[in-house]
Amino acid sequence: MLGLNKKDASLLLVVVILTMFAPFFLNPFPTESAMAQFNAGYPDLMQRFVIFGIFAIGFNLLFGLTGYLSFGHAAFLGVGSYAVVWMYKLLDYNVLPGLLLAVVVSAIFALAIGYISLRRSGIYFSILTLAFAQMMFAISYSDLIGRFLGISLTNGETGLQVYTSDPQVLLNDWETVPHLLGLIEMRSTYTLDLAGWSFDFNAGYYFCAFVMILAFYLAIRIFRSPFGLMLRAIKSNQQRLNYTGLNTRPYMLAVFVISGVYAGLAGGLMASMDPLAGAERMQWTASGEVVLMTILGGAGTLIGPVLGAGFIKYFENIFSKINENVLHTWFNFMPDGLENFVVAIIYPFIGKGWHLTLGLMFMMVVIFLPGGLVEGGQRIAKLLKRGKKDDDGANTATATKPAE
Amino acid sequence: MGILEVKNVGKRFGGLQALGDVNLSIAENTVHAIIGPNGAGKSTLLNCLVGKLIPDTGSVMFDGQSVLGRKPFEINQMGISRVFQTPEIFGDLTVLENMMIPCFAKRDGSFEMNAIGSVMGQKDIIERAEQMLEEMNMADKRGMNSASMSRGDKRRLEIGMCLSQEPRLLLLDEPTAGMARADTNNTIDLLKQIKEERDITIAIIEHDMHVVFSLSERITVLAQGTPLVEDTPDNIKGHPKVREAYLGESADQ
Amino acid sequence: MDAIILQVLNGLDKGSAYALIALGLTLIFGTLGVVNFAHGALFMIGAFCAVTLQRILSISKVTLSETKKNFLGQPSEIKTPYVESWFGPEVGASIIDWSVPLAIIFSIPVMIIIGVIMERGLIKHFYKRPHADQILVTFGLAIVLQEVIKYFYGANPIPTGAPDVFKGSFDFGVMLGYEANAIIYPYWRLVYFGFSAIIIAAVFAFLQFTTFGMVVRAGMADRETVGLLGINIDKRFTIMFGLAAAVAGLAGVMYAPINSPNYHMGMDFLVLSFVVVVVGGMGSLPGAVLAGFMLGILESFASMNQVKAILPGIDQIIIYVVAIIVLLTRPRGLLGRKGVMEE
Repeated sequence: MLGLNKKDASLLLVVVILTMFAPFFLNPFPTESAMAQFNAGYPDLMQRFVIFGIFAIGFNLLFGLTGYLSFGHAAFLGVGSYAVVWMYKLLDYNVLPGLLLAVVVSAIFALAIGYISLRRSGIYFSILTLAFAQMMFAISYSDLIGRFLGISLTNGETGLQVYTSDPQVLLNDWETVPHLLGLIEMRSTYTLDLAGWSFDFNAGYYFCAFVMILAFYLAIRIFRSPFGLMLRAIKSNQQRLNYTGLNTRPYMLAVFVISGVYAGLAGGLMASMDPLAGAERMQWTASGEVVLMTILGGAGTLIGPVLGAGFIKYFENIFSKINENVLHTWFNFMPDGLENFVVAIIYPFIGKGWHLTLGLMFMMVVIFLPGGLVEGGQRIAKLLKRGKKDDDGANTATATKPAE
Repeated sequence: MGILEVKNVGKRFGGLQALGDVNLSIAENTVHAIIGPNGAGKSTLLNCLVGKLIPDTGSVMFDGQSVLGRKPFEINQMGISRVFQTPEIFGDLTVLENMMIPCFAKRDGSFEMNAIGSVMGQKDIIERAEQMLEEMNMADKRGMNSASMSRGDKRRLEIGMCLSQEPRLLLLDEPTAGMARADTNNTIDLLKQIKEERDITIAIIEHDMHVVFSLSERITVLAQGTPLVEDTPDNIKGHPKVREAYLGESADQ
Repeated sequence: MDAIILQVLNGLDKGSAYALIALGLTLIFGTLGVVNFAHGALFMIGAFCAVTLQRILSISKVTLSETKKNFLGQPSEIKTPYVESWFGPEVGASIIDWSVPLAIIFSIPVMIIIGVIMERGLIKHFYKRPHADQILVTFGLAIVLQEVIKYFYGANPIPTGAPDVFKGSFDFGVMLGYEANAIIYPYWRLVYFGFSAIIIAAVFAFLQFTTFGMVVRAGMADRETVGLLGINIDKRFTIMFGLAAAVAGLAGVMYAPINSPNYHMGMDFLVLSFVVVVVGGMGSLPGAVLAGFMLGILESFASMNQVKAILPGIDQIIIYVVAIIVLLTRPRGLLGRKGVMEE
């Protein structure tokens, strides 16, 4: 199906089903129940799930396949956002021209930065990409180029936004928010109330989800292509590849640009949901975030980065809302002293302390589970399978597939 | 006129003259061994031939074309394949995938952007790789993770990968270093078989005299960065200068 | 001319911090072959050692005043720090006043212990793993350390003053024959520079003149050979890690009065310190020091108004521009040795 083998096609199908029915899956608790705070099915958060999913899929194409660790991918994210807002300012609120520009501009930046950074590998590559991203952050934050040219290019620390004085040459009277070809507004949401449950179907989310499915499909194709095989060979043994008559440089540059375009597209979608672009999107903490997502989910696996992005965004938004009072109500059933003790133990790791949990989990994954959550899942599945096998008394060895 | 002509090659590292004034001619379809004690400059010479190092002086011509200043991948595309001292294979890939990569390099050149088609759809490449594995007697290992094979098998795979490119010159850098006796003998048999079955020139750098004398037709003895003598194996065995510089030491060991 | 001198001086304190952090980073890289993203966190913890000591010294006994009343008519509370009641008000007050310099003594054992625990408990297991894994796990560790500090000390910067004698500025201009106030420089920054110079000299002397240092330097040059000599290099490297942690910590302690400690100061400095290490040459100690001061001073020159008038905002990107140029033209860095992490 679609040029995929059976296993990949079913993986794609699972992703399609999950994203299409996400409004249901993410709101499993009735709105009035105490558990409603764990519902993640509101438009804003759902959009972030898929946008960061795209970002992480793109990062994984670079890091997962070739092993080159870029610490500056957020630069392309920021560039994509700026491109979309600029198209709002010049043309109108239609998101397509902006996204197109985001792809083109991030490709150009990725080509330039990649061309220079890829002259080195290993730690030097990481530091070069980091330096470039920090430089671009500083440039956008104080709008250096804009000041040099005498215009406002990034609008400095305020961030780029649309003003009524902007040209917007194609603007119609009815346009006030981002939309797709005038057909549908990104923020429009249909809410389905069903016996205490409430589900939000947001246009922007479905647009982003559609883009993510495309991005995911393309990533599968790249993974399974001769190009993908060469990239895995680069990760495995660059020296042998060179002495096999293959030039690694254009391969690396190609995947760096593809990966940068994914990031630019993700940044463009952010600005498509909310017509703003700020320099903080380029900061190295944002680059670090995508590293965390990809590795937590499982670098080098297909589904891992999407899971990692969803996982981190969910906990960032939901976990961090739990405060001390909520904990006390949870552990109410315990004797007072024990209750206070348990709350005191748990409290540093939740709410505002959620980053501590994230850091610890990330370390655990790097140390014990190099394949991330996906590998964790596979190990558990294997254990269960083995248990079953022993029961059957069958001892046929099944070929284990590598983690992909 | 040999297929590989090395003329007046010199290379200096800081204060150390690694190669003095090396002249070497390797005739087509022969097995030519380069031997010499540790520090004689064998590896430096080899690295000058494959583009890892650029000599300070002299010229290296392969089939009438200069290799100097070319990158390793370009030199490989000219028809020189190299086998490393420790087998260099793609440890994360399966044996079949390992074998497919040189097949791609042979068919598509140094860079080909095919990011959409499936690897499994490349029937000609798979066929060629499987045929090559068959010739190397490794067909049963095709699905194995290559890192988990024995050193001898890794060596066999590496040689097979080089041969699948149908190189005109095969360079071997101590192909039996660190191998057990059985693996060494297997490798010698494999190389003998290659020599008989194919039109190929082999240049071999080796420490093990057993390997050298059972394979080569010409031997160059390198000492302190310059060729001492070049002759047939029989003559080399009896050469007094060689015994003094090299074989004497090795016989004592 | 006076403007130039002023900028050189301004660059010195930041340069000192860069140099000290970069020195530890490159020492760890050169000896253990590990790229430590948590090194900035050690600098940050050092600064919080100063905060902690100041807080400990200020722990007070609360008594009720017999004469003064607060606005509710109750006797107001008087806080007397224990140190004042033990050593008398004057000595006690000056102990509190000098808490930052005193924290030097306090921080050395703390930092060495933290460093040794880090190396034995975590980093040791990553020697043989790829550099990317080392970066990742230390990056995770940096987040954890940062969050722990945030949990205990809050997210806001904590002003931590230098001793009163060092408040105020030194007028260099008068000394050099310029007008008064032409070149003024805060005393504490001068202290910081002097302190850094001493630490740097001590590290170099230690590596140069002790047997321990000799083994470590040999290990940096060729780890395997030293291992073959039967010298237990691992144990020495653990100690080395502790020392590098102490150097970063000391840099942080003394930096507290210049920049109020906050939980993310380590990361802010780390990114720049990496650039410094790479510019100086990975694994080169003199390179780290040279590049640290060079970039610190360059940064301060770039922030001069005259320069900014021509190239607005150049001060924010100058370090990165220099780093990129250096890496591309001299891949090994200014003083890097051949063969160290070339590919």
